[in-house]
Amino acid sequence: MSPLLELDELHVWFDLGEGRELHAVQGVSLQLEPGQRLGLVGESGCGKTTTVLASLGLLPQTASVAGRVLLNGEDILAGGEDSIRPHRWTDLAIVFQGAMNALNPVQTVESQIVEALELHGRASGRMARLRVGELLEAVGIPRDRGTRFPHEFSGGMRQRAAIAMALSCDPSVLVADEPTTALDVMVQAQILELLDTLCRDFGLALLLVTHDLPVVAQLCDRAAVMYAGEIVEQGSVDALFHDPRHPYTRLLFAATPDLHGNGALVSIPGSPPRLDRSVEGCPFQPRCDRAFDRCTVQRPLLRELDGEREAACHLNDVPAVTA
Amino acid sequence: MSLLEVEDLAVQYPVARGIVGTVARKPRQVVRAVDGVSFSLARGELLALVGESGCGKTTTAQTVLRLVEPMRGRIAFDGGEITKLGQRDLRSLRRRMQIVYQDPYESLDPRLTVRAAVEEPLRIHGVGGSKAQRDERVRDALGRVELTPQELFLDRYPHELSGGQRQRVAIAAAIVLDPDLLVADEPVSMLDVSVRAGVLSLLDRLREGGLGVLMITHDLSTAARFADRIAVMYLGRIVEEGPAAEVVGNPQHPYTKALLSVVPRRDPRDRTRPQILQGEAPDAVRIPQGCRFHPRCPVALPECRDVDPDLRPAGGDHCAACILVS
Repeated sequence: MSPLLELDELHVWFDLGEGRELHAVQGVSLQLEPGQRLGLVGESGCGKTTTVLASLGLLPQTASVAGRVLLNGEDILAGGEDSIRPHRWTDLAIVFQGAMNALNPVQTVESQIVEALELHGRASGRMARLRVGELLEAVGIPRDRGTRFPHEFSGGMRQRAAIAMALSCDPSVLVADEPTTALDVMVQAQILELLDTLCRDFGLALLLVTHDLPVVAQLCDRAAVMYAGEIVEQGSVDALFHDPRHPYTRLLFAATPDLHGNGALVSIPGSPPRLDRSVEGCPFQPRCDRAFDRCTVQRPLLRELDGEREAACHLNDVPAVTA
Repeated sequence: MSLLEVEDLAVQYPVARGIVGTVARKPRQVVRAVDGVSFSLARGELLALVGESGCGKTTTAQTVLRLVEPMRGRIAFDGGEITKLGQRDLRSLRRRMQIVYQDPYESLDPRLTVRAAVEEPLRIHGVGGSKAQRDERVRDALGRVELTPQELFLDRYPHELSGGQRQRVAIAAAIVLDPDLLVADEPVSMLDVSVRAGVLSLLDRLREGGLGVLMITHDLSTAARFADRIAVMYLGRIVEEGPAAEVVGNPQHPYTKALLSVVPRRDPRDRTRPQILQGEAPDAVRIPQGCRFHPRCPVALPECRDVDPDLRPAGGDHCAACILVS
């Protein structure tokens, strides 16, 4: 059986002019099963947002995309905008970081969601407004607030409204790009609890894009760690934290402060490679604390290890050594 | 003696009524941004002021630096009261108190090289001696923020540097005058996680060198790891204060307890039950009567509607503003 959503060797290039290109996403493959929660993590510029925007066909014209995005086995990128449009919002919905930008400031929250329902032929008129009431309640907004404008909502309420809108056409996959990054920790907790409940109640699959490892550790089943445009490790969040098989994963967790953690906090020296020129060897090698001679000449490929994990590191070929 | 002593500080901002409001003679309203804050900071100590947006932590820090005028209260710096100092006296004082802002992409002038940016405070305050001596101090400051070898950085512009390097330049410009107090307003929240620890360890070493650091942050995990003391603010007031390990390990105020419980943990196996407070903090125009936290408090008693509790001792030098603390 094919997975619900599958990215297969996705590549994205941005044209920089003068014949130069930036290879932002370099062959990303991942699978999402129904009801599963996958975190796509990495630092700024690693290509995580570009990956999901490409999967939804939302990149600007200057980008060229290669690879396949399969929804229930059907390649939705194959026919360009025409083949994606029927699925966007109805199968794949997205929630962005700044909910203020996702909502139209001159329209009430209710009328925006009604518009989404009518546009997709889900409901209209009174039925649509009834449905909006249900949606708002599902995300914890009192029904009567629907007639308000986005600026009358707090940041947390706006994010809830954006989630209500994303749910309006019963999608099977919710893509959330840094959904709590601009929010305070208590409001973040409310939104995470809401996402958790929605996934459980509606059987939604969640693709959570974030730089915040603890959020993924708490909310997701699996995670894919991206570095310099590619996935360097993938597995259950438990395995990634307790038994990382790529040094970047280990260092990233070690650089993240924990409330009750002790031990030195690590900082990773250097910075990621530029993506507008090709890299020899492992892209992480210059910053890696375990690099050896092979890492400078040969690029490690993402390959399957024991127990549903994948990592792209030569250390996994060296017996009795772990990353 | 403390380096910085703040007593019962209060800051209010008027709310604009607009033409309609003025004509209709609507009552004037004020935002009580800081509403009776007291704390002290010793040399070589890092105090973290934590809280959610709008709790008044940044206003508190700006008032301490006399960038915002307090309505009430007393600020003493190195034994002398500075609450009423005029602009001329403040100028010489400012050499000794510096600030690092959140966003190094905005706080550095894009047209200044690293050398010029770090040298600028010396010029403004007319210190540092000859050109050669100033150059020596710039190099020394860059060395202390670990931008070495200095030759590699001196003539670069901000756009040629990474975020972490930019924040180090901002810190170098703040410490080139050898201040006694450094205010760091969310110093790492714009930086990638891989470089955060480096910048925080740097502040830690400056603290060890005798600098008093007032760090403003919304990130309790960072505060827990790097602060000597933590002060938790809610709606313009410090509701709990104490040694970092005590506040994090043995919180006394219900707000602190809730706040700590919702911080996501790094280890997926540490799935604690968060105690999520409903709603959001009311705005500082309408601070609730009695205990300002009581409408959201999970353990509020009837008397909490009337009593506005002061900070009271909760063992050692740990205190909390809650009537349940005995």
